[in-house]
Amino acid sequence: MDITYRRAIWQWGGSLLLTVVAFFVLRWCFQFIRNDESPRLLAALVALAVGVLGIWLVYWLSNQWISSIPFTSLREALTPLVFIAPAFLLLGTYLLYPALNTIYISFFDARSKNFVGLANYRFVFTDSDVHIAFRNNAMWMVIVTSVAVSAGLLIAVLVNRIRLESIAKSFIFLPMAISAVGASVIWRFVYAWQPPGRPQIGLLNAVVTALGGDPVAWYLYPPWNNLALMAIMIWMVTGFCMTIFSAAVKNVPDELVEAARIDGAKEFQVFFYVTIPYIRGVIITVSTTVLIMVLKVFDIVYVMTRGHYDTQVIANRMYLEMYRFAHFGRGSALAVLLFLAIVPAMIVNLRNLRRVETER
Amino acid sequence: MFKRPLYWRRLFSSSLLYGTVFLVCFLWVLPTVGLMVSSFRPPNDIVTSGWWTVFRNPLKIDQYTLENYRRVISSYGLGIAFLNSLTVAIPSTVIPITVAAFAAYAFAWMKFPGRKVFFTLVIAMIVMPLQMALIPVLRLYIQWKLNGTFLGIWLVHTGFGIPLAVYLLYSCISQLPRDLVEAAAMDGASHFQILTSLILPLSMPTIASFAVFQFLWIWNDLLVSLVFLGTSQSVATLTVALSELVGTRGQDWHLLTAGAFVATAVPLMVFFSLQRYFVRGILAGSVK
Repeated sequence: MDITYRRAIWQWGGSLLLTVVAFFVLRWCFQFIRNDESPRLLAALVALAVGVLGIWLVYWLSNQWISSIPFTSLREALTPLVFIAPAFLLLGTYLLYPALNTIYISFFDARSKNFVGLANYRFVFTDSDVHIAFRNNAMWMVIVTSVAVSAGLLIAVLVNRIRLESIAKSFIFLPMAISAVGASVIWRFVYAWQPPGRPQIGLLNAVVTALGGDPVAWYLYPPWNNLALMAIMIWMVTGFCMTIFSAAVKNVPDELVEAARIDGAKEFQVFFYVTIPYIRGVIITVSTTVLIMVLKVFDIVYVMTRGHYDTQVIANRMYLEMYRFAHFGRGSALAVLLFLAIVPAMIVNLRNLRRVETER
Repeated sequence: MFKRPLYWRRLFSSSLLYGTVFLVCFLWVLPTVGLMVSSFRPPNDIVTSGWWTVFRNPLKIDQYTLENYRRVISSYGLGIAFLNSLTVAIPSTVIPITVAAFAAYAFAWMKFPGRKVFFTLVIAMIVMPLQMALIPVLRLYIQWKLNGTFLGIWLVHTGFGIPLAVYLLYSCISQLPRDLVEAAAMDGASHFQILTSLILPLSMPTIASFAVFQFLWIWNDLLVSLVFLGTSQSVATLTVALSELVGTRGQDWHLLTAGAFVATAVPLMVFFSLQRYFVRGILAGSVK
């Protein structure tokens, strides 16, 4: 008994010492990273080391503390706490509290001082620029989702029949790896415009002028500029749709397809009356997923037009409220509306996901 | 007699099929190819002739240059932005995986009051769009002076990443055979040891998929970096620096093309080297 207590005290003292040392080392490191005069490369390396090892150090130290407790029942009761407490602290700070707070301050004025009731929502539903954002988001939802999903399905069906399937698929999937900012720069260059008579350096205008037309400033003039921006998103997410559909189409039982063919169905009839009904669940999942991505679209609009020329969308408008207009109330109201729009899609998505998984 | 028309018809339809697929793939990569080619051309060439003109004589080596890259990396700060992106993305991938692994282990293999409720709460948070958190977290950060720091953005990404990470890791960890864990516990291993030396190695495929997804998500993210790190050169990530470049030098195509390629180089490398995990990760994380 005496020995175990002595060991516990030693362990306890060791943990204390280690914790104190770790605290000061980490503090020094963070100061070093923050200091603008530190050499950049070294600061980056220190930051990487601290970020990666620091989190393990935290868990390792708390484990040391826990295992120095001599009472078995207390130790076993505290271990789960150590395991889930960090996750909960982070979840509370970054998701739960902020979400509730956003709803709360959406009823207050710009600086969250005075209660204004529904004024922010009234503003959001009457302001003409926000109207354009709503309209555009609705257009994005319909056009991007329908085009990307049907193109993805079509390409999946085609690609499944060729030999070099995986290579063809990776070409289409590639844009999914690129940032929306990078994709926007790529497409800005495709849309580049020079005055008529000068050589066109943008691919699209080169084609147009080669066919005898006048060059068009694709992303500057409504309503077509919205389509130009949507094309970027379609280019990015079609590969995502294709990949999921490709796996789903392979799961359609051969007997079913053969039976339809024997009954005299043509290829497109097989596609519409056998394949599509069979993978209906997957189509719903993919559509809702794309819908959610589209609702949150921000980067493309921010990089291409900053929301000018009638291309505003909700997420970009919310960013403007935060930074340009410094109106936290209206920004929060927009966030709440975005949330309300996303939740139904999310519920359909998750419910359907579960059904697809159990069917398998 | 009957065979020949069928043969021709098959040949026709399969060449039509291959032709269509080839055309689609060609159109899909064309924009990226244009960007890549242009980034190696001298500034004056880029604005006076289309990038496709290099293919008239593709081997003429003096029509290419690395000058654009040198300038955009050193004079326009994309080199530092590259470092910053790494500094943001790697810890923001490791930290949520660690935190989520401990939590998922606790949910799967430990008994404690309120386990079900807590777990449901974590999973329910998947539906939360990050726009719902921006303003309150920003205000907290201004108070705590965490705004514009790497620690701050690591924690933001960790917080936003945890629900999905817990969900994915839980579904993997809870599938492991119970005997395995119990045998280890019988041998006197603590929970910490079981997790680090048994569970984590066994869950590596899931962890790798999530890691690839999370890393690329962060590398490609603009909104979170813009809000919590800002545009000052010492912390701005590649996406932020590039979008600033579009705003200030929108017609300097030699800078934009090289800059965009610098920003997409890492994702492309990840894509080509870890394609399997990449596709799996993207599919698993698509709801984020």
